[in-house]
Amino acid sequence: MDAAPSSPAAHVPVRTVPTPEVRTRLVRLLDRDGRRSEDPVLSPYVRDVGAEQLRELYRSMALARRFDEEATNLQRQGQLVLWAPMRGQEAAQVGSARALRPADHVFPTYREHAVAIERGVEPAELLTVFRGHSAGGWKPSEHHMNVYSIVLGCQVPHAVGYAMGIDLDRRAAEAEGREVEPAAAVVYFGDGTSSQGEVHEGMVFAASYDAPVVFFVQNNQWAISVPFSTQSRVPLAERAAGYGFEGIRVDGNDVLAVLAASRYALEKARTGQGPVLVEAETYRLGAHTTADDPTKYRLREDESRWSELDPLLRLEAHLRDAHGTGDDYFADVAADAQAFAEQARALVLAMDPPVFEDFFDRPYAERHALVEEERAWYAAYQAGFADTDSNDTGSNDTGSNGTGSNDDVTADDDGAGPDRGTQASGLTVAADPVSGVPDARTAGTEEDLA
Amino acid sequence: MSTAPDLTIAKAVNAGLRRAMEENPRVLLMGEDIGSLGGVYRVTEGLKADFGAHRVLDTPLAEAGIVGTAIGLALRGYRPVCEIQFDGFSFPAFNQITTQLAKMRNRTNGDVTVPVTIRIPYGGVIGSVEHHSESPEALFAHTAGLRILTPSNAQDAYWMTQQAISCEDPVIVFEPKRRYWLKGAVDVERPTADPFSAQVVRPGEDATVVAWGPLVPVALAAAQAAEEDGRSVEVIDLRSLSPIDFDTIEDSVRRTGRLVVAHEAPTFGGLGGEIAARLTERAFYSLEAPVLRVGAFHLPYPVAAVEDRYVPDLDRILEALDRSFAY
Repeated sequence: MDAAPSSPAAHVPVRTVPTPEVRTRLVRLLDRDGRRSEDPVLSPYVRDVGAEQLRELYRSMALARRFDEEATNLQRQGQLVLWAPMRGQEAAQVGSARALRPADHVFPTYREHAVAIERGVEPAELLTVFRGHSAGGWKPSEHHMNVYSIVLGCQVPHAVGYAMGIDLDRRAAEAEGREVEPAAAVVYFGDGTSSQGEVHEGMVFAASYDAPVVFFVQNNQWAISVPFSTQSRVPLAERAAGYGFEGIRVDGNDVLAVLAASRYALEKARTGQGPVLVEAETYRLGAHTTADDPTKYRLREDESRWSELDPLLRLEAHLRDAHGTGDDYFADVAADAQAFAEQARALVLAMDPPVFEDFFDRPYAERHALVEEERAWYAAYQAGFADTDSNDTGSNDTGSNGTGSNDDVTADDDGAGPDRGTQASGLTVAADPVSGVPDARTAGTEEDLA
Repeated sequence: MSTAPDLTIAKAVNAGLRRAMEENPRVLLMGEDIGSLGGVYRVTEGLKADFGAHRVLDTPLAEAGIVGTAIGLALRGYRPVCEIQFDGFSFPAFNQITTQLAKMRNRTNGDVTVPVTIRIPYGGVIGSVEHHSESPEALFAHTAGLRILTPSNAQDAYWMTQQAISCEDPVIVFEPKRRYWLKGAVDVERPTADPFSAQVVRPGEDATVVAWGPLVPVALAAAQAAEEDGRSVEVIDLRSLSPIDFDTIEDSVRRTGRLVVAHEAPTFGGLGGEIAARLTERAFYSLEAPVLRVGAFHLPYPVAAVEDRYVPDLDRILEALDRSFAY
């Protein structure tokens, strides 16, 4: 786990990085062969986790992985504009998210798919972000999870501020003699983001205000093409000491260690003992995004080595060896995962595309004169097409766009999907965004302006 | 105006903050040196003593951290009011303001709002060092999702501070720092007008001058000087820079036929260009002359010894009026 990633090619500068003395030990509760081991500090936090809970964790990890694969497939089929795979990080995400309570609030990057699913986000909702249909996908208020942050690092001070608010709420409640539910904010980021100045600023604020926040770092070794050694010369957990709070390093491919460390950190935060940084050492087995080509910057042998450390393989070995979990269970999980992925695909493909006019409602909560002026202008402009488009009637008319683009939509024929609404035109417009067909809702509804 | 004390703009902002904090316990102040010191301009003087360190936060020296944590506090239900110490220090927070604060509501399709107020003392002619005298309002006005107010007098300073805080959208209040000591009557019972509207502060018939913030007194003085030359000049205090009340300007220009826009920010890429374009579109046949702009040069804000040559003054506004009348 500790070796720096090797350089794949001569043109990549090979840096001689002195190995710093690692003061922060790496906690592992399941070794590479799936044998459970003890840690004096963290083991007590997972004493209750027996075979049944481990199987539940495995199931969540397997479903997340299969969903992630399906999303990559959807992108390859032209149904998503982009996808950021999380393969290899299932233990880090499921283990940390399983430690959360409903009142805790999550601030993610754009790769926290398994965390989102754990928070109850509908996978298809999540996919709408990558389908180009939604900027956020889900309602933060419903899931206690903010939407993805694409400018990396920005979410860190957000989480710290939210945590400062939790602390202010606690003080106010205590002053009034009210009970208040303890909560923490958790912010996810990676080794690349750790270099952002706003992470530093967030950590300074967190320390200064004793904010109940957990910094959960998935060190997946690569920031697109840049190796961890370019981001930091020390494990990121060691940086915590510089701010005056605790840092923990765990094997991020060990779901039990991640769960234990997350429970430990969250308990400290929720009980007013300040922030904690958890660094989960893992590996991004896939590409940065579907637009990336990792063969240009990392060695296949490096990927192979990490593949052997696959978090699902490890937990499977443990379940088989220590708990007698058999083939039937794993076959059931695989079937569930397949159904889970298929449902996500069907649901997202069935969703109506957004309506441009609705975007005038979004930037401001209160009336903004310029937005209203431009909204009215655009409506009048669109109405100007009403006469020429009067033959293109109805939202279900897909004839002018052809129907071939629906071929790979598996949900079309099985009738198993939910209420599809105006699915046909939705899918066609999504598959052919340059069709240039004016919004059907205005067609034929306006007076002839000529 | 039954209760109309004369206050400086600085005291009026202070009084506005105090009243907002009294009326809503979720209002918090955050910024560098705003607590014990009362801010470098003493705008927040006495508030930490009266409301406590948990409502008036002397923050670490980190502007992105201030705005970033304010966004988090707003997501938790608070109404943070951030002070950015000087205009030039808004740029470390520019990312948080433009990529996060401005876009969070849009990103969540209205599920969350971020009612954060950011107070930024701006403008020049204060005899200071680099980054203390800039007018970056156009950079923020260009970003959808923000609202921008700028008071030019104590009455507006008092009310706009509270109106910004109570607004559900993020609002930047650019405070004209060289006018912090300008005194004026404040009606604490009634605001002047909708904060997002422009106000005719001097009626006239021959030409219109639009100005805002620190240049409003200069524009008024120019109008006075023009009157002595027999020209009747109307002056509009724009007050809101996002949105801009083009209707009020249009009404004026349709009467006067001539428009000069004056701001401290550099002319190139400034809001004067936007106003000129809009008014040309709206009132082309009423215009007797092109819309003229008076602004600073396309130079970084200069050193204090020559700053009075850089920032538009009364003579530069009069020169533009002369050019307008020459058509």
